[in-house]
Amino acid sequence: MQQPQRWIEITVGFFLLIGILALLMLGLQVSGLSTSLTSKNSYEVTANFDNIGDLRPRAPVTISGVHIGEVKSISLNPVSFKAIVTLTLNDNKMLIPDDSAASIYTAGILGSNYIELTPGFDDTSLHQGSMITSTHSALILENLIGQLVYKIGGGSDNASKKPTKAN
Amino acid sequence: MNFLQALGTWALNVCEQLGRASCFLFATLGRRPRFIRTFPLLIQQLYAIGVLSLLIIIVSGLFIGMVVSLQGYNTLEKFSATQQLGQLVALSVTRELGPVITALLFAGRAGSALTAEIALMKATEQLASMEMMGVDPLWRIISPRFWAGVISMPVLAAIFSAVAIYGGYLVGVKWLGLDAGAFWSNMQSTVDFHGDVINGLIKSLIFGFVITWISVYQGYDAVPTAEGIARATTRTVVYGSLAVLSLDFILTAVMLGGW
Repeated sequence: MQQPQRWIEITVGFFLLIGILALLMLGLQVSGLSTSLTSKNSYEVTANFDNIGDLRPRAPVTISGVHIGEVKSISLNPVSFKAIVTLTLNDNKMLIPDDSAASIYTAGILGSNYIELTPGFDDTSLHQGSMITSTHSALILENLIGQLVYKIGGGSDNASKKPTKAN
Repeated sequence: MNFLQALGTWALNVCEQLGRASCFLFATLGRRPRFIRTFPLLIQQLYAIGVLSLLIIIVSGLFIGMVVSLQGYNTLEKFSATQQLGQLVALSVTRELGPVITALLFAGRAGSALTAEIALMKATEQLASMEMMGVDPLWRIISPRFWAGVISMPVLAAIFSAVAIYGGYLVGVKWLGLDAGAFWSNMQSTVDFHGDVINGLIKSLIFGFVITWISVYQGYDAVPTAEGIARATTRTVVYGSLAVLSLDFILTAVMLGGW
């Protein structure tokens, strides 16, 4: 049981070291802290959505499916009652046209929501603090089913009414 | 009447025990820390409590991670959502399993050893003879063991979580053939460093505090006979485990309630 003091000190140092390494592994590999720490040249833009569905902070932001940033925060505009979503985009060397559109999609059936940017054609680009004006809300499954049921059920009514209106 | 008396005696005993344990804790913490002279003692105890617990923590962490991964895969497969396995393993391990199982193992492995050691010291009157020589046993014996336990526990919990997640990776990716990229990236997009990892470590710090407190106090307060030592050791493991499980519920409720 009695070990030499030097051996004890070495193993204690080793113990604390692998404890720190485990914490680093948990931080960098597991919780993905590196993406939010290393991106010094990131910038933030905001976008107003009518409905964000299940979007959560830290949801990915993609262009053509490629991960370029994440959702930083979500708040509610107290006047217009629209959702204000703040996005952190990682690379300020990539110039994204400022008429780009932001849409909320769902990854898979059970998947979480993410934001897809569709690049526009403007010469000016998004920068720190700019706002994406053209947005598409999340598709809410219940609304879609509701519309579908309405279309099917009220189809005959619409068919009889529409021609009279057009006339 | 007899029943009332028994109930009253029991309540008074519980209060007395709690009071004595608190006084003992304050006496231990209230010692003026003399770092330079305490440090070698602390290193010695870190070795006995932390380093020697390392093997059991690593082995059980590996197997817990592997079994969570296997169970999770079989359940997620029904919803064809096996891509989410990484986040299932990481969240359950960092939030719950890591701190709690480490604390239970710690109570069994290190807590019982602490109690038995201190109780035997008391039974063989080593503590009393120290006092006779003018050495304060609280400072010389209790305080280094207490601090070593409080320091070791979060370190062990962090190692447990890391090993368990790696065990989950081994089963999920290497054996069951999930995509490694999906495994890690789903994990990274869900696990929050503050909300999951740091809260798990705070939990384990509190568990370490409580378990070491219980085991050191039970040892110091043991009846100095062979039977008394046996009872004190049993009490350490039972009270320690119960305290961990009930505190875990309270802490989880506080942390999930938007803390």
